[in-house]
Amino acid sequence: MRYSGFRVIKEALTGHKGWTPAWRDPEPQDHYDIVIIGGGGHGLATAYYLAKEFGQKKIAVLEKGWIGGGNVGRNTTIIRSNYLLNGNEPFYEFSLKLWEGLEQDFNYNAMVSQRGILNLIHSDAQRDAFIRRGNAMILNGADAELLSVDQIKARYPFLNVNDARFPIKGGLAQHRGGTVRHDAVAWGYARGADSRGVDIIQNCEVTGFRTRNGRCLGVETSRGFIGAGKVGCAVAGASSRLMAKAEMRLPLESHVLQAFVSEGLKPVLPGVITFGAGHFYCSQSDKGGLVFGGDLDGYNSYAQRGNLPVVEDVCEGGMAIFPMLGRARLLRMWGGIMDMSMDGSPIIDRTHIDGLYFNGGWCYGGFKATPASGFCFAHLLARDASHPMATAFRFDRFEKGLMIDEKGVGAQPNLH
Amino acid sequence: MRLTCPLCGDRDRREFYYRGAAVALHRPAPDAGVAAWDDYVHLRDNPAGETRDLWHHEAGCGAWLVVTRHTVTHAVLEVALAQDEGAAG
Repeated sequence: MRYSGFRVIKEALTGHKGWTPAWRDPEPQDHYDIVIIGGGGHGLATAYYLAKEFGQKKIAVLEKGWIGGGNVGRNTTIIRSNYLLNGNEPFYEFSLKLWEGLEQDFNYNAMVSQRGILNLIHSDAQRDAFIRRGNAMILNGADAELLSVDQIKARYPFLNVNDARFPIKGGLAQHRGGTVRHDAVAWGYARGADSRGVDIIQNCEVTGFRTRNGRCLGVETSRGFIGAGKVGCAVAGASSRLMAKAEMRLPLESHVLQAFVSEGLKPVLPGVITFGAGHFYCSQSDKGGLVFGGDLDGYNSYAQRGNLPVVEDVCEGGMAIFPMLGRARLLRMWGGIMDMSMDGSPIIDRTHIDGLYFNGGWCYGGFKATPASGFCFAHLLARDASHPMATAFRFDRFEKGLMIDEKGVGAQPNLH
Repeated sequence: MRLTCPLCGDRDRREFYYRGAAVALHRPAPDAGVAAWDDYVHLRDNPAGETRDLWHHEAGCGAWLVVTRHTVTHAVLEVALAQDEGAAG
C-alpha cells in the first residue's frame, strides 16, 4: 500500500478500514541468500537497499527482540555531516544526502527536519579548529558557515553570551543538519524492505554461526537453524557478544550513553545546539520536549541505564548555555549501549570467515549514519567490494596504524 | 556506583579514572611482533558479564586498582591493588 495525502482522506471517509499492517510477521524459511542479524536502523536499512538498489532476493532480517528497540529508538535524533577527516566526511555527507531524499524514497513520513545544527565556539583555538573543520566540510561538498556572536544572538537570543564562565565567541553552523523522527526511520525501512519481499523475523535470537572449512553456512537461532549464502551482522552494542560466537575479538568496547528529555514546552529552540566547552547537545522535539545528551558514563557497560554523575555533568553543561533550562523539569532519561571503537570511527568490512560480514563500531554517532551505513553495507554484501564512500572503514586499519581518529585521543574508546 | 579502594575505603565513583580492560598488566615484549601488539592495543573481550578493569584513584591515594565488575548489573565484585596483581611493569 502506498501512503499519500489522498489515501489519508480516503481512509478518513471510509472509517479507516483499509489500513493494513506495515510489515508481515513471516515464519523463517530454511535458507536465504542473505541474512542480516539485527533489526535496528542499520540492519533494516541494509535489507532495504539490498532489495531496492542491489536487486537481491531472498533476504531476511533477524531480530532478537522487536525491531527498532535498540539504539535507533534511544538516540537524540540528530543528523549532520560536520566531520573533519577524509575517511569520515565524504561518508557522512553521503548519508546526509540520503536523508534529504529518504521520505520520498521509502514513502514514509520520517519527519526529516533540516533545522540546522550550531557548534558553539568559546576560544580562539576552538575557532581555528572549527574553521578548519568547516573548510574540510565544504571541500567534501557539505555546507558550513562560520557565525559571529551577533548572528548567533539574533537567532538564539536566550543563549548566555554575557556572563558565562565560557563566553560564546562564535559558532560553526551546518544549516542542512537537523533532526529526524528516529522510530519512523526503523519503521520506514522495515516497511520498505518488507514490501520488496524481505522477511523481518522478530523474537529470533542468533545463538551461533555454523561454519565449515572457513565458510559461514548460516546461523543457529532460537527458532532453529537458518541457512544463508551470506550473513551480515549489524548489532551495535552487542557486536562483541555476537562476534565472540565466531571466535572474533573486536577493537570495540561497549559503553552506556544516556539521553534526556524535558517536559513539553512551547517552541523555544529552533535548531540543534552543541556546547563547545563541555559535552552537551540539545534540540527540541516536535512534541515540545527538549532532547539532550552529553558524555558516556565512561566505563564498559551492557546495562541500558546510567549513573548520576553524568546526569549532573550534562545538566551543568545545559545550564551553562541555556540558563532557562533550570525552569524545565526532566521528564525521562534512558541509556543505550554504544559500540565504541578504538579510534571512534566505524567498521564495514568482511571477516576472516567467508560469507560473514560485519558492520559496527558506530560509537555514539550511529543514527545519522543509518542510510549510508545501510547503503554501503548492502554494497559490500551484494558485490563483495567496499562502497567507494566506505573504503576506509576496514578492520585492518588498526593493525596498520591507519586510524580515523577525529579527536586524536588514541586507542581509548571512552574518550572518543 | 561506588568503589572500595583497598587503601582509602568506600569512595564515590567520581574520584576514580577509568583506563579500560586490565590488559595493561600484560604488556607484550617490545619485539613480540605486530600481531601481539595489535591484540594488546586494540582487541578486547568486552564481555557482557564479569570483567576486570583498571581504575586510577586519581582524586584519592593515586593507586592503580584492578576492579572486577559485572557489566550488566554494575555490581562491583572485587577491588585489588594493581601492584598485587603481578603487574609486568
